Amino acid sequence: MTSTNFDPRILKAPHPVPGAPDNWKRFFSINTDAKVIGIQYIATSLLFLLVGGLLAMIVRGELITPEADLVDPTVYNGLYTMHGTVMLFLFLFPVLNGLNNLLIPTMIGAPDMAFPKLNAAAFWLVPVFAVLLMASFFVPGGPAQAGWWSYPPVSIQNPLGHFFNGQMLWLLAVALSGISSIFGAINFVTTIIRMRAPGMGFFKMPLYCWTAWGAQTIQLIGLPALTGGAIMLLFDLSFGTSFFKPEGGGDPVLYQHFFWFYSHPAVYVMVLPVFGIFSEVFTCYSRKPLFGYKFVALASFGIVFLSLIVWVHHMFYTGTPNWMRILFMFTTMTIAVPTGVKVFAWVATLWRGKLRLTTPMLFCLGGLVNFIFAGITGVMLGTVPIDIHVGNTYFVVAHFHYVIFNAIVLGVFAAVYHWFPKFTGHMYYEGLGKLHFALTFIGCTLNWLPLHWAGLLGMPRRVASYDPEFAIWNVIASVGAFLLGVAAIPFILNMVSSWARGPKAPPNPWGAIGLEWLLPSPPPAENFEDDVPTVLNNPYGYGLDQPQVADEAFYVRRAQEA
Amino acid sequence: MTSSDPSVQLDHTPGHIKHDGHNLTGFVIFLCSESIIFLAFFAGFSLFKLTSPEWLPAGVDGLEVRMPLINTIVLVSSSFVAYFAERYLHKGNLWGFRIVWFITMLMGAYFVYGQYVEWSNLKFGLDSGVFGGTFYLLTGFHGLHVITGIGLMGLMLFHSFRPGNYEKGDMGVTSVSLFWHFVDVIWIILFFLIYVWQRY
Repeated sequence: MTSTNFDPRILKAPHPVPGAPDNWKRFFSINTDAKVIGIQYIATSLLFLLVGGLLAMIVRGELITPEADLVDPTVYNGLYTMHGTVMLFLFLFPVLNGLNNLLIPTMIGAPDMAFPKLNAAAFWLVPVFAVLLMASFFVPGGPAQAGWWSYPPVSIQNPLGHFFNGQMLWLLAVALSGISSIFGAINFVTTIIRMRAPGMGFFKMPLYCWTAWGAQTIQLIGLPALTGGAIMLLFDLSFGTSFFKPEGGGDPVLYQHFFWFYSHPAVYVMVLPVFGIFSEVFTCYSRKPLFGYKFVALASFGIVFLSLIVWVHHMFYTGTPNWMRILFMFTTMTIAVPTGVKVFAWVATLWRGKLRLTTPMLFCLGGLVNFIFAGITGVMLGTVPIDIHVGNTYFVVAHFHYVIFNAIVLGVFAAVYHWFPKFTGHMYYEGLGKLHFALTFIGCTLNWLPLHWAGLLGMPRRVASYDPEFAIWNVIASVGAFLLGVAAIPFILNMVSSWARGPKAPPNPWGAIGLEWLLPSPPPAENFEDDVPTVLNNPYGYGLDQPQVADEAFYVRRAQEA
Repeated sequence: MTSSDPSVQLDHTPGHIKHDGHNLTGFVIFLCSESIIFLAFFAGFSLFKLTSPEWLPAGVDGLEVRMPLINTIVLVSSSFVAYFAERYLHKGNLWGFRIVWFITMLMGAYFVYGQYVEWSNLKFGLDSGVFGGTFYLLTGFHGLHVITGIGLMGLMLFHSFRPGNYEKGDMGVTSVSLFWHFVDVIWIILFFLIYVWQRY
């Protein structure tokens, strides 16, 4: 046996791999394969990125002149409320769950998620609450108008008296979104804890899995608090309780605690996976091991812990006692430490690396620069005096869009490009990708950088009209917003045409290290099936003589032959 | 070590089902997460009780404790009964399991009935200020969990009649009885918050 050239395992693995599905209809069916669900999530969420972007462009169209002239001010309230809600609950959470579905099982060598049916249920809740949320445009009184945070007493007004009003549908949609996210979180955490390949200890896991694990832990701890608050708000709105009504002995500030106990950590739910994407992409395209792997991994859970004890910094100006302000200012400052550890690790990874400026690398570099800027304004906002001065101005809006769009969404785009060949089996067009990056980076900088000035000068957020002295900043911002709309065109063109007729992708087009790159592109339904590789090292051994798995040559050959 | 070694084969006996362990892990994670909702409601209740200027609605001077106390005793002891049912199952005594498991369900049902009687005798409603709201929210949300628990136990009882069901492991029963203990612990905290604390 030992003298023959045939590896018996090659003969055992049937070719073509069974269930390596080649039919597009499965993406439109109820399917339990994590890779199908992942692509369903990502496609659905990108559709809602367009919806949310359209709402944003109407808002920016309104703000291009100081007068409230394009839309009615109450319509404007509904527009920004729905923009925020759609972008968070229908774009960012689903797109990250989609990436989790694609990446977690393939990166840890699992055949699927731990609970495939629960996974499908979590995805199919998304269209359900999407319909609920979109339906609120058509009920009497229009959609919810209380902003994405829905503070009472604004959110418990029901002037028309209809039971099915926009706010009520909003609350139902948020509750369903919460259930979907909890289903997802249970699944992702269980999969990471219990289904890793042999030999893959926690400190040999890819960083994307570390950060996704941290992010989903936050979902499990924080989301129930928001759900509890939302249930109470729904009772106040529809069933006559007075949890948040001072006239019945209630307390409106309690809702703010419930809301921010989840919604501040929610930012880390979104940004942590992007930290993971940065770690994967920077190492791959600079051909260097990740600097301080263990510290970067542990910093993820440092962020998880700290993110749960900072929420009151959103409430410095809503009747918070001074001792609480000082305490939460302190905890907010300390969160810069684990985040700083990560940023230094990435910079040290890039330092003297052999950089390849592909589209995902460009998006990550742009995202990192923007994230550092957003971190600086974040520390500014965490200090009580500055926060009270600029609270509820465009400075806050500019800060969180720098985090959420300029860093997180750029990272998400990087991930979509980086893993596109792996999961579709086709290469994307590099030229269109770079055009998409250039338009996005210029657009997002024009859009949100000037608004920092407008905010520092005192331009209030959530108002359709403003003082003419802020006009110049708003004109620049609106131009940037429309440029972001234009940037969608090369992206859509690239995705659709590459998938339909792009060149066929090899198993490992980037020369990257990681279990997912040892699979054929696209991977078969059960990933490694019975031949799960034994992991020896973490997947960042670029330039080191340090194979990630035992018998790597066998898996490389198998992927190429599939 | 060859594959004929008995210690290696042990892992592949019919009792070893790979996914059972996942179910229990997932369920424990779910329970931890679910407890946060209760924690949020408890925190809200405590805050209102401590700070609200008008706590009890007009014409109400507190809650009667005797009936809820009996209810508490029934629910807490049902947790021990569920534990004995589980022991029977582990010993392979299927009928012992079914009977004792059914007694647990009956005790749960008695608790729900007691809750119903208490609710129907109260002089305040959901809209009676923040006291009425929190009272009905907490007891109602907990009651929903009790009803869910009874339903899940019924499902497990039904499964036990499927031939050979528990030969491959009893994770379903373990999860449900874990859920029952969880509901029980929540009730104890709730009882102290709502009924005992009002005296002080």
